[in-house]
Amino acid sequence: MSLLNITNLSLSINGTKILQDVSLSINTGEIVAVTGESGSGKSLTALATMGLLPEGSQTTGTITFEDQNLLTTSEADLCRIRGKYIGMVFQEPMTALNPVQTVGAQVAETILIHGAMSKSDAIAHATDVLTRVGLPQDRYPLSRYPHELSGGQRQRVVIAMAIALRPKLLIADEPTTALDVTTQAQILDLLKDLAHDYDMGLLMITHDLAVVANMADKIVVMRLGEVVEQGETKSLLTNMQHDYTKMLFAASGHQVNLPDFRASDVLLNVKNVVRDYTTPRKTVFGSKGVFRALNGISFDIKRGERLGLVGESGCGKSTLTRAIMGLEGVQGGEITLDGAPVFTGRKPNLAVRRKMQVVFQDPFGSFNPRQKVVRLITEPFHLLETPPTHEERQRLINQTLTAVGLDPSDADKYIHQFSGGQRQRIAIARALIIQPDLIVFDEAVSALDVSVRAQILDLLADLSAKYNLTYLFISHDLNVVRTITDRVLVMQHGEIVEQGETEQVFTAPNHPYTQELIAAAPVLPDLQQMKG
Amino acid sequence: MIRYTLKRFLSLCISLAVASLLIFFVIEIAPGDPASFMLGINAQPDTVAALRAELGLDVPKFERYLAWAQGMLTGDFGMSYTYRTPVSQMVADRLWVSLPLALFALALSTLIALPAGIYAAARRGKTGDVAVMSATQLGVAIPNFWFAMMLVLIFAIKLRWFAGGGFAGWNKGLGAVIWSLTLPAISLALPQAAILARVMRSALLDVMNEDFMRTARAKGLTTTQTLWKHGLRNALIPVLTIIGLQFSFLLAGGIIIEQVFYLPGLGRLVFQAISARDLIVVESVVMLLVFAVIVVNFAVDLAYAAVDPRLRART
Repeated sequence: MSLLNITNLSLSINGTKILQDVSLSINTGEIVAVTGESGSGKSLTALATMGLLPEGSQTTGTITFEDQNLLTTSEADLCRIRGKYIGMVFQEPMTALNPVQTVGAQVAETILIHGAMSKSDAIAHATDVLTRVGLPQDRYPLSRYPHELSGGQRQRVVIAMAIALRPKLLIADEPTTALDVTTQAQILDLLKDLAHDYDMGLLMITHDLAVVANMADKIVVMRLGEVVEQGETKSLLTNMQHDYTKMLFAASGHQVNLPDFRASDVLLNVKNVVRDYTTPRKTVFGSKGVFRALNGISFDIKRGERLGLVGESGCGKSTLTRAIMGLEGVQGGEITLDGAPVFTGRKPNLAVRRKMQVVFQDPFGSFNPRQKVVRLITEPFHLLETPPTHEERQRLINQTLTAVGLDPSDADKYIHQFSGGQRQRIAIARALIIQPDLIVFDEAVSALDVSVRAQILDLLADLSAKYNLTYLFISHDLNVVRTITDRVLVMQHGEIVEQGETEQVFTAPNHPYTQELIAAAPVLPDLQQMKG
Repeated sequence: MIRYTLKRFLSLCISLAVASLLIFFVIEIAPGDPASFMLGINAQPDTVAALRAELGLDVPKFERYLAWAQGMLTGDFGMSYTYRTPVSQMVADRLWVSLPLALFALALSTLIALPAGIYAAARRGKTGDVAVMSATQLGVAIPNFWFAMMLVLIFAIKLRWFAGGGFAGWNKGLGAVIWSLTLPAISLALPQAAILARVMRSALLDVMNEDFMRTARAKGLTTTQTLWKHGLRNALIPVLTIIGLQFSFLLAGGIIIEQVFYLPGLGRLVFQAISARDLIVVESVVMLLVFAVIVVNFAVDLAYAAVDPRLRART
């Protein structure tokens, strides 16, 4: 008898079919991973189990939790089950906590609303639970507010709230997607240990096969609201039946054919760059503090070179990007492109600025929704002294759209008519259209599904071959950086701790931090080894 | 928190100083010499000059500003040009009408609006929400002087429950004051309540879409518990802002309602003083209102910090 049994669950929201005959089960103490790309219905399966589906949802089938069909259970009874017998952890730790309540109060609330203990016992228990998830009282008092904690610490608080009453089932919806790799590894370990110690069933939802391949007992692969394949982890991975599973696995570890880099002259030179931010006074009459975001950064990018930049959030990656783009001045050192400074006086040097373009992370937020593609991608023409006109302009538009794998007729469409991957192609087209000397990719594939990400990476490799691109590829995803760059910089606390040939750095990292990063990065298991 | 309070207080003092300068000099620039206005167009130049000297208008502007500002600080607002009585006394009399009226109206508006807004948000899209929203639409649209007259017709003339106009005075007791201020307070409160209810509703709806509300539900809270325990406090910031603005408006902006109900309030005082070029009264009342606005903002700032710990930390 399983702990949770989902049988033929179908869901439609306001008439739109979302889930179709989803069946899966979890036993006590078992870790089951549900994986799939966006739109596969994995999160809604979890919400259906919690009884937290959006309004207008209609379900058929059964979700049996300890002999009780949750789909027919009354809301009042569901409230007694949620938090006590089934706990849930969400993706975004930055917003999952109430900003105006202390973490202690929020953890104790789970205990109090289920009437499990008196108020003083609940607070004592909250203290224990927070200690269990790695937030001991001497360093993280209960009186802290969420904004005083980092993302990883907040996720620990969310986990503490979910496990405070030792639920029998814990549902974790992309619990580490928003976290840095080293934090991700810690949180995954914590979840695994908790499932083991408390003998909980753990339903783990993730888009990243590599994250779950090493911890799940069973894997369920979903696509477009249906389960395409499921089974025990080892047998499923070594004997993948469905094409989609194979594709997902291949795309996760996708390698591109990057053309060889031929030694050439220096394009971008960053020398001893220092960037300070002033921080508010600590006391009323105290002096302002200084936060050094970049501390003596030096590196070169040669023409035609693909340079990677890795590091965790807060290490100074974005600050460095802004400095390179000439968006902000620096307090020390110099950044030059082709010998000319990127920032002169109090503003970006336009002559240099037009030689650089940037592609951002969010394919949904980085476009004006009221402009047509043609207007969006020709925007960089404003940087030129003599923008191309008429036929020349049309030729460039057609050529660029074709180069990124779109059709010239797409120029007259609006951005909402495109998928996430297509939008990222448009973002690349926007960067390419003035044929810049340097392109900065700022987490440009991080928001994409693995299959789309593989296509975009292939596109970059193609474009590199065709246009001899020079780029700086910033990412927290080490596997992507490994395949798409020639050389890599590793940043920590505003300093470059290691740099070198990408393969060299990845196979034989010198700096302890690089070693830690590489060890923490989730990797797909070697199938040959698994079979053997 | 202490640092935050000190910082806010410092900004309060600066705002007051800047406002007093602006008020004094802008009103000085306004055309019309009080002395010649008081004496009429046929007055002899030397009579006018004598009166100017008597009123203290012949000293340089900046000295007059200093004297005025100093007087304001010590409670001496000077003498009214037209009534020849101390301005502080005139203002105090009027304030005893306007302040209770404003507080009364604000209390009514808040007491009506917050429950209505919360109720509408909780029943979003359902009949209750539609009803509340239509009512607020109407509340915003109806001119309050018309509404005031309707109130007088029904509750003062027909039913005789409340006074139809005039102010009983504090010496008649609290009951009499409430008797004469109820209808004006309702007419003032209604449009404010309609606006505030809409703000409360939309603030709460915004908060209801937040991730932490879902987290709260996952802990086992019911929708109602989630709304009260996690939603309300987070939704209060925009509501506090509006309440602060409304108080300042109610204190001085009730002039039409004061006219309708024959109430000797601050609004009417300013109106009369302006028509009579009684600049010193205008300056004093305007300064007083500015003072009220700034103090209310200060209070609202402190309330923000009490509600949201992030604000305490940021500054």
